[in-house]
Amino acid sequence: MSLLLEPSPEQIKEEKIYQEMGLSDQEFERVGTILGRLPNYTETGLFSVMWSEHCSYKSSKSLLKKFPTKGDKVLQGPGEGAGIIDIGDEQAVVFKIESHNSPSAIEPYQGAATGVGGILRDVFSMGARPIALLNSLRFGELDSPRVRYLFEEVVAGIAGYGNCIGVPTVGGEVQFDPCYEKNPLVNAMCVGLIDHKDIKKGQASGVGNTVIYVGPSTGRDGIHGATFSSEALSEASESKRPAVQVGDPYMEKLVMEACLEIVQSDALVGIQDMGAAGLTSSSAEMASKAGFGIEMDLDTVPQRETGMSPYEMMLSESQERMLLVVKKGREHEIKAICDKWGVGFAEIGQVTEEKNLRLLHKGKVVADVPADALAEDAPVYQLPSEEPHYFADNQQQEHYVYEVADAKATLLELLQQPTIASKEWVYDQYDYMVQTNTVVHPGSDAAVVRIRGKNKALAMTTDCNSRYIYLDPETGGKIAVAEAARNIVCSGGAPLGLTDCLNFGSPENPEIYWQLEKSTDGMSVACRELNTPVIGGNVSLYNESGAGAVYPTPVVGMVGLIEDLAHVTTQSFKKAGDAIYVIGEAKPEFGGSELQKLRKGDISGKPPVIDLNEEKERQTQLLEAIQTGLVSSAHDIAEGGFAVAAAESLVGTKLGATLTITGDTAVELFSETQSRFLVSVPAANETTFEKLIPDARKVGNVTEDQSLVITDSTREVILQADVSEVERAWRGAIPCLLK
Amino acid sequence: MKFAVIVFPGSNCDDDMFYAVKEGLNVEVEKVWYSEESVADFDAILLPGGFSYGDYLRTGAIARFAPVMASVMEEAKKGKPVLGVCNGFQILLEAGLLPGAMQRNKNLKFICRPAELIVENNETGFTDKYEKGECISVPIAHGEGSYFCDEKTLSQLQANNQIVFTYRDNVNGSVADIAGITNKEGNVLGMMPHPERAAADVLGSADGLKLFQSILNHWRESNVLTS
Repeated sequence: MSLLLEPSPEQIKEEKIYQEMGLSDQEFERVGTILGRLPNYTETGLFSVMWSEHCSYKSSKSLLKKFPTKGDKVLQGPGEGAGIIDIGDEQAVVFKIESHNSPSAIEPYQGAATGVGGILRDVFSMGARPIALLNSLRFGELDSPRVRYLFEEVVAGIAGYGNCIGVPTVGGEVQFDPCYEKNPLVNAMCVGLIDHKDIKKGQASGVGNTVIYVGPSTGRDGIHGATFSSEALSEASESKRPAVQVGDPYMEKLVMEACLEIVQSDALVGIQDMGAAGLTSSSAEMASKAGFGIEMDLDTVPQRETGMSPYEMMLSESQERMLLVVKKGREHEIKAICDKWGVGFAEIGQVTEEKNLRLLHKGKVVADVPADALAEDAPVYQLPSEEPHYFADNQQQEHYVYEVADAKATLLELLQQPTIASKEWVYDQYDYMVQTNTVVHPGSDAAVVRIRGKNKALAMTTDCNSRYIYLDPETGGKIAVAEAARNIVCSGGAPLGLTDCLNFGSPENPEIYWQLEKSTDGMSVACRELNTPVIGGNVSLYNESGAGAVYPTPVVGMVGLIEDLAHVTTQSFKKAGDAIYVIGEAKPEFGGSELQKLRKGDISGKPPVIDLNEEKERQTQLLEAIQTGLVSSAHDIAEGGFAVAAAESLVGTKLGATLTITGDTAVELFSETQSRFLVSVPAANETTFEKLIPDARKVGNVTEDQSLVITDSTREVILQADVSEVERAWRGAIPCLLK
Repeated sequence: MKFAVIVFPGSNCDDDMFYAVKEGLNVEVEKVWYSEESVADFDAILLPGGFSYGDYLRTGAIARFAPVMASVMEEAKKGKPVLGVCNGFQILLEAGLLPGAMQRNKNLKFICRPAELIVENNETGFTDKYEKGECISVPIAHGEGSYFCDEKTLSQLQANNQIVFTYRDNVNGSVADIAGITNKEGNVLGMMPHPERAAADVLGSADGLKLFQSILNHWRESNVLTS
């Protein structure tokens, strides 16, 4: 039916139909050169999705090369479904973060849900059992009804998928800023655990081996999703709602269990999920990586609807589907596992010597293109970069120190800023305990998940302060990596490595490209200094609408190893009488700070500086102090500064704190100077702790009386608040904004 | 003693239940696939939480017809202990082994958090290790956990001491703060909170462990009596 309506190769060229699919004139010409003829409709579709930014990273590839990707413990770097790092005992951790921004802007529940589904498949396709989910979310301000709708539905979508499939959503971050109003960011991260012997790759090798389709049938949903995700949002985006897929977490649970059983079989050669660009990307990439070809008979692809054309089947992004390559003659073993789990199974093709992706439909060859051309040989662009004027203007501004007349009122106001306020409203909806390994629940610096049967655990976090990055991408990029590492260290872990999700506006705008270039420069430097290799990630460009681009938001997802469960540390104060220390001096640094945003309604100036040597040294010292058993609690001093960190360490503890500051009130209480920590230490350990961390300065004690008291050096009280009042402000802010 | 953990398609707390028994009690425990025909070889039957059959149609509505359920119902009638947690509770309601039904939480959202429960009845085979009136911390994680029954059923539950656990703070809107009930005979317990998630101090609470210990104790005692 629809086949008859497909335009001829000549029409595609003359009427420039390829442009509607997202190919430029030059790219279309390049396709013609590769094939030595004009591509037909299906082939044009294959190239257009595979060469979309989402699949090919054509604008960002040259920047990603800067990241350090190797390390003693890295077993798999970027290029597979997810990266892998050794954690000893013949086990490894597998993790990756990915964006689902565009679909979430149009259809927030399904957009977010399928984002979770996709990242889970990336991890279990490596053979790993997913043990935790995290997410990093950005929205506009909650005073807009549209933003409240997006926020509530995105959270419900994440909950709906993760809770059902039974992988705990243990952590993440949510931030609010007007630049995300039309273009929310929804990044999902999955962490999996694997035995070294079970590691699988997405490779289609061995001529004659069988290509197997596992999962539910293919429908017309999500066609051209990858291309849609590579465009800026506009009024017309609403009409692309059908490009958003619909998730079925129950089906994915069955597919996941079936695949985890299948990876135990040596009949399996390779496995990859059908994510963006569905059957096209999985088949082309598996063939290309292995140096073989794949031939598929599309009549054997399970179809949900009648009359689907090859174009539709190849570009569909129907969810919960996997592509496997299985040794010839052993297909029945895989089928038996699929039958047990009630999961669809179909033999749809075989591995070929000729390195082409060849598609048959109703007895005819409907596409025959080199697999490498689709996967590896996508064009790579070096785009022009230009420093924006705002940067130089901001760099010239001197640090402005705010007057703080009423420290208590300022603290309470800051605690009610939705970016700082308790995210309980969010994580209450996530099952963060299923699998019964969650040792530190959401709300502390990093979530901690134990490894069953071992006396160790993994700490995990997502971080990115995009305000700093907007003001100074290079410094902000360093801070994003350093802050993630700080959170891991505060939880008692040694950072192992990271996955990144680069959310930016259109790279074709030289000023945006400059942000991309500078922030990845900063991140690369920090990764080297802190010894945290990048083992994979995702790039999401064109995050802009009529109102402009989002802040540059390269989200860092980091995982660390806690060698002994006794090292697990949280931010909460533990015991009255413990001494409270601050590591690091506060400087007048308010560019991009919460206080600046609160007072000015906007951000400007220079973000806090960061000295990575100092950062590394303090992290190493603090980790040693934690591992030696000297520390009761540890918390990084981040958004809102010292006073906010102290308040956060008090909530839920039924304790109080008396603290003394010297110097300017605003700077001491609310500056966001980097590389600082708030640590509580039992009295008996004070001397040893001070010897170990020379930069630590004692500022007070944990008390029994459930109030927060801050005095200056003359013992005059600057701030006194009941912890219950502090807690009410912090906990109540988001529910109140949603009412 | 040998425990069975029934696994339906979409169960996701089966491993948690399995490990709570294995690591917490150190007794024999096996996962039993939904298509099995008999659980007669087991001494206690556990129905875990999760989203059996995706919770499509209605929570527990499809699982109640799974092949293994006929045998579960038969063993329950014989007096063997049957525990349903969360989705397991919902299945027991659908199967008619327990009275009442579930509604969505009163805030219409999924709620996951540690909850404080009051042990209302410690004279059951599931709770004799607890004190009556004891307050224990056991997490909840459900979207549809607001227990409902009519007044007549409620007065029967009360008269027969079938209400075993109540919420200290009724977060989901359950009738009479009900968190867990038994059948009239006392050998079938359904509860929304997850005792298997509170079976080790490292997880924040070990208060749920006593429930499994009670089942084991009860079995030991009755086995000594009958042998």
